[in-house]
Formats: sequence, structure tokens, C-alpha cells
Amino acid sequence: MTNMLKEFKQSIVVTIWFVFLTFPLMVVRVNTMDNIVEWRWMNLVWVAIFSFILSYAWRYMLARQQVKKKDAESDGDRHGKIQLLLEDMSFRYKAMVVLLLGALIFPLVFDTYQSTIMISALIYVVLGLGLNISVGLAGLLDLGYVAFFAVGAYSYALLNYHFDLGFWACLPVGGILGCLFGVILGFPILRLRGDYLAIVTLGFGMIVKVVLENWSEFSFGPSGIANIDKPGLFGIDMDLAGSTIYIYYIMVAMVVFTILITMRLRNSRIGRAWIALREDEIACVAMGIDMARTKLSAYALGAFWAGMVGVLFAAKTTFINPASFTFMESAIILSIVVLGGMGSILGVILGAFILILLPEYLRAFSEYRMLAFGAAMVLMMIFRPQGIISNIRQKYTYKGVKEETDNG
Amino acid sequence: MDYFLELFFGGLTRGSIYALIALGYTMVYGIIQLINFAHGEIYMIGAFVALIVAGVLTIYGFSGISILIIAGIIAVIYASAYGYTLEKIAYRPLRGAPRLSPLISAIGMSIFLQNYVLLAQTPDFLPFPSLIPDFTFMEPVAHIIGSPELVILIVTVVTMIGLTVLIKYTKIGKAMRATQQDMSMARLVGINVDRVISVTFIIGSALAAIGGVLVASYIGQVNFYIGFLAGVKAFTAAVLGGIGSIPGAVLGALVLGWTESFAAGYISSDYEDVFAFGLLVLILILRPSGILGKSRKQKV
Repeated sequence: MTNMLKEFKQSIVVTIWFVFLTFPLMVVRVNTMDNIVEWRWMNLVWVAIFSFILSYAWRYMLARQQVKKKDAESDGDRHGKIQLLLEDMSFRYKAMVVLLLGALIFPLVFDTYQSTIMISALIYVVLGLGLNISVGLAGLLDLGYVAFFAVGAYSYALLNYHFDLGFWACLPVGGILGCLFGVILGFPILRLRGDYLAIVTLGFGMIVKVVLENWSEFSFGPSGIANIDKPGLFGIDMDLAGSTIYIYYIMVAMVVFTILITMRLRNSRIGRAWIALREDEIACVAMGIDMARTKLSAYALGAFWAGMVGVLFAAKTTFINPASFTFMESAIILSIVVLGGMGSILGVILGAFILILLPEYLRAFSEYRMLAFGAAMVLMMIFRPQGIISNIRQKYTYKGVKEETDNG
Repeated sequence: MDYFLELFFGGLTRGSIYALIALGYTMVYGIIQLINFAHGEIYMIGAFVALIVAGVLTIYGFSGISILIIAGIIAVIYASAYGYTLEKIAYRPLRGAPRLSPLISAIGMSIFLQNYVLLAQTPDFLPFPSLIPDFTFMEPVAHIIGSPELVILIVTVVTMIGLTVLIKYTKIGKAMRATQQDMSMARLVGINVDRVISVTFIIGSALAAIGGVLVASYIGQVNFYIGFLAGVKAFTAAVLGGIGSIPGAVLGALVLGWTESFAAGYISSDYEDVFAFGLLVLILILRPSGILGKSRKQKV
């Protein structure tokens, strides 16, 4: 009973604190032009109710977290049912076939509008997977990822405008340019620790946007570039619906390609080097891994996908301007990776679908989207740092090694 | 020459604002090695609270300097409260987690606070009343340095002196320095490290709020996004001077302020931000520990 009373007291204190904290911003709204003050007392009631309930939830979750930590210490690592199911190879193949078939017939079943939404979700899937290479695998926090996306989009738009180059010619060019920028940016910051890296990449993202906005002779300034060619298919003319479906299929192919490559990369020598680097830089270097090359390759490969998908983005929207490449975009991609599960490919894919499709279909709440993303990033870090679907590390189990050594 | 002096004082003013924000970054980083990404948002909230209080007070018939003082004090109180709460919610549960976790949590908090202000108030720029009066004795030099600049410089200098005294001569200042040197050792000698961290956040937030009020009444408008850029710039300043070092943050902020001011004045104002970040990259390549920073050897 005293315990309950104590909890109640705590929640009341929290409630009063938050009512105090949010009072000026939530309740008062000043119109400095006409000198009118608007008092929104109802908001205060909402804040009080929510903070009262949330303080209970917060304490409960923290307590559960503590219990879980203890469990994990005594129990070794356990994985949820989903993870175990995913490890099952036969299930994996079946699921893949079903998903691929579903993806292939999707535009035939649903209308153009749905396909367009799906294309943007798939774009974010590729972006998330690309960022996952540097953030999730190599542990290099990149806050200016959208800059590489912009590099790809602008390279296609400009090449198309000046030299009339087609989509397919520009696709690799965009990727390689993104890659190149990744290397250029990567070089100076190789020696830096993680936090500095975050701020430099953030700065780089801003520089790219400022340059695109102000260097009008090069990028046509804030008004952007319009009338970019859609991807062609052996010169066949397509109507809007047709080209949307076509882009959709290109996007599906690209997602499959990305998944395959990143999956192979993760289990390759370089992928293991990335993971090792993420876990402990000093130990990793001591083991003889070339830090500069490993970091640069993670950076450049991450940027490669962004550049490539940037070309596709320009081809899809047929119009680009610097406003599409703000820090918020980088933040969205980062939250996809964080919420999905850093390093986990399936998690990132799921994260992209949830974060892009949910606000799309819940239009009424779309203004709260970024608020929810921000809160989700904090909560995820505190309560479930491994993301929705955590990455399982592959382990080798040695069989029969003992007898061999005995004989030898 | 006048143009040069104007740019010089413009840079000095700008630099002193950056310094007020940068101090919060550098103090927090010195103690828990975390880039507090949401620090810029605290600064923005400070400016917003000041705007709201000033608006209400204007309607109830207060005037001039009294509004500035009351609004400033309330803004400082609120910003400190936000800073304290921020640390408790977003950073304290993550103590001892991998380095990336609190950083991402900080970014999440920054996005959250931005959108909170956006939704609770307005996405538009709000005009901020110019609370600093024009002094008559400043008129002869007004084309080089105006009254608002003078007030900003004076307030900044006074705040810095206060901060130095606090850190050098008070008990909590001593505890802060001890925690910065070695957290576990500080805990062993009986320092309540959690409290020290809270106090650090409160002081940093209060400084940011002072900067927020000053800059808002200097520039004359606020919106929910001002904190982000100012935060990044101030962090740049902190890195420039050597993160973790308090005089370094001030020096870095001044260097950054002058760089921006002169580059904007003599080269092009469109690329102001590019110069700031260019400077950051340059410093990080040439001298990663900053101007006054000591390079700490990593130990295993």
C-alpha cells in the first residue's frame, strides 16, 4: 500500500513538473502583431493527463529493463521467436518467394497512386540499407547522408539537361559520383572519433544544400530543375500509369539487388572488418585491419547507394530542388536505420515501410510525424537499442575439432 | 576602416553569442563525452519563452528594460528546467551504453523539441520585440557598433566572469572539475556525480537561454528552427577551441564569429555557413584537438 502511495506521489510530482514545463509554450500564444494573447487552458489538462499516465509507464518500462538486463547476464544471449524463425533457412526461402511475388503483382492489383507511394517507400528502403552500411555495420554516424542522395539526383538532372543523357547511362554515374564524394569527405575525417564524424557529416550535408541553393549558374538555385526525363524502355512511349509501373519494377529490382549485395557484403571479409571496427576500434587495428581502408570503403559504399537511388528519385519526380535534401530527410533515414535495428537488413526494410507508409496512410497524424520520430528514437535507444528486429551475429560451431587434434 | 571595424564588432557580437551556447556544449562534453545535440533547441526554447513572456508583459503595460529583465530571467529558469529534464529523460538511462546510443537519443530529442515547439506554437517566424533600447551616448559610433551589440558584449563578459568564478572558486565548480578529470575517482571521493551532471546541464542551458534572449532581440525574429543552426555553429566553435576546454570554447566562438563576419563582408554572404563548416573541417584535419585542447591519448 505504501508502495502504491509512493508511486502515486511520484507521478503527481512528475505531472506538476511537466505542467510547469510546458505552460508557456503549450498554453500561451502571443500574437505580437495585434498584441493579443491566446490562453489555451485545455492543453494544460491534456499535458497533465498524459504526463501522469506516461510517468507510470516510464517507471514500469525502466524496471522491466533492469530485470531484462539481469536475465541477459545470467542467461547468455537469447533471441525472440521471430529471430529464430528467420534463422530457419527453409522458412526464409519460402518467405522470400512469397514477398517477391507479392511485390511483382502489387502494381497490377493496386492503382497508380498506391504504386507511387510504394516507390517512395522502396526508395527509403534502399537509402536505409545504404546508410545501414556506414551506421549499422561500421558504426560511423552519418548525419549528412542526404547529401549523397542529392549528388545522385543532381548528377542525373544536370547530365540530362546539358547532355541529354538517359536514365540508364546516369544510374551508374550517379552511384559512382556519390561514391567519389563519400571518399572525398571520408579522407579528412578518418582520424576522427565518432562524434566528430557526426558533426562533420552534418556540416557537409548543409554545405551541399547551401551550394545548391546559391550557385544558380550550376544548379539553377532554389527553383530547381524541371522536366527531367523518365527512364526509357527501348524508346517505347509510355503513359503516366505505364511509366509509374515501370519505375516501380526498376525500384523492386534495385531493392533486391541492394539486399543481395549488402547481405553478401555483411558476411564478407570487409563486412566482418566493419563490424569489428564498430565494436572496438583499437582492438580492430591491433588485429591488423587497415582502418583507413575499412572506414573509407564503408563510407563510399553507403554513399554509392544514395547516389544511385538519387538518380532514380530525380527520374521519378521529374523535378528536383534543394528543398528535397534537408537535414530532416537525413534524420528520417537515420531513424529508419535506428528503429529498424542497426545492422539488421530485415529490420531496416521493415523500418522503412513503417516509417514511410504509416504517415502516408494516417494523413490526419502526419503533422505529428517528426514529433513521433524524435520520441521514438529516444525511446528506442533507452528501451530497445537493438531495434525492431535485432541483428543476429553469425557464429561458427566447431564440430569434431576435438578428435582431430587428439589424433594429431 | 569603418567597414572593417563594423565587421570586427559584428563578428565579436556574433562570436560572443556563439560562445554562450558553445560553453554548454563544451561543459557537457567535458563531463560525459556526449555531444548534446538538443542544446541548440534549449537555446531556441529560451528565446521562445522570452518572446511569450515579453508579449504578455507588453500587453499588461510593462515597458522597456523591465520587460527585458523579467523575460530574460523567466527564459533562463525555463531553459534550465528543460535542460535538467532533458538530461534526466534522454541521457541518464543511457549512462554506460555504447557511445552511439546517447548520441542518437540526443538527435531524437532535438527533433522532438523542434517539432514540439512547431506544433505548440507556430511554424512561422515570429517578430521579436527589440527590447534593448538605443542609448544616446552610443550615437557617435552607431555606424560601427550599435547599442544592442554593446549590451550583448557586456552581458556576455559579465556571464563569463560569473562562470569562471563559479567553476574556480565554488564547491560545485570544484566538483565539476573533478568529475571532468575522472568520473569514477570523483565518485570515490564522495562527489555526487549525478548531481554534478544535472548542475552542468542546468548551467549550460541557462547560458544558452541568455544567448537566446540576446540574439532574438538583436535579430528581431524567432522560429522553431533557429536553435538547430545555432547549435551546430556553436558546436563548431567548441570543437575549434578544443572541446572540453572552457576558454577554448570562447576563443573558438570568437574565431568563428570573425571568420563568418569577414567572409560574409568581403567575399559573399550567401556562403556564410560554408565558411563556418569549411573552417571546422580544416581545423579537424590540421589539429583535431582544437586550438586550446589537449590531445588525450586513447588507452585500452
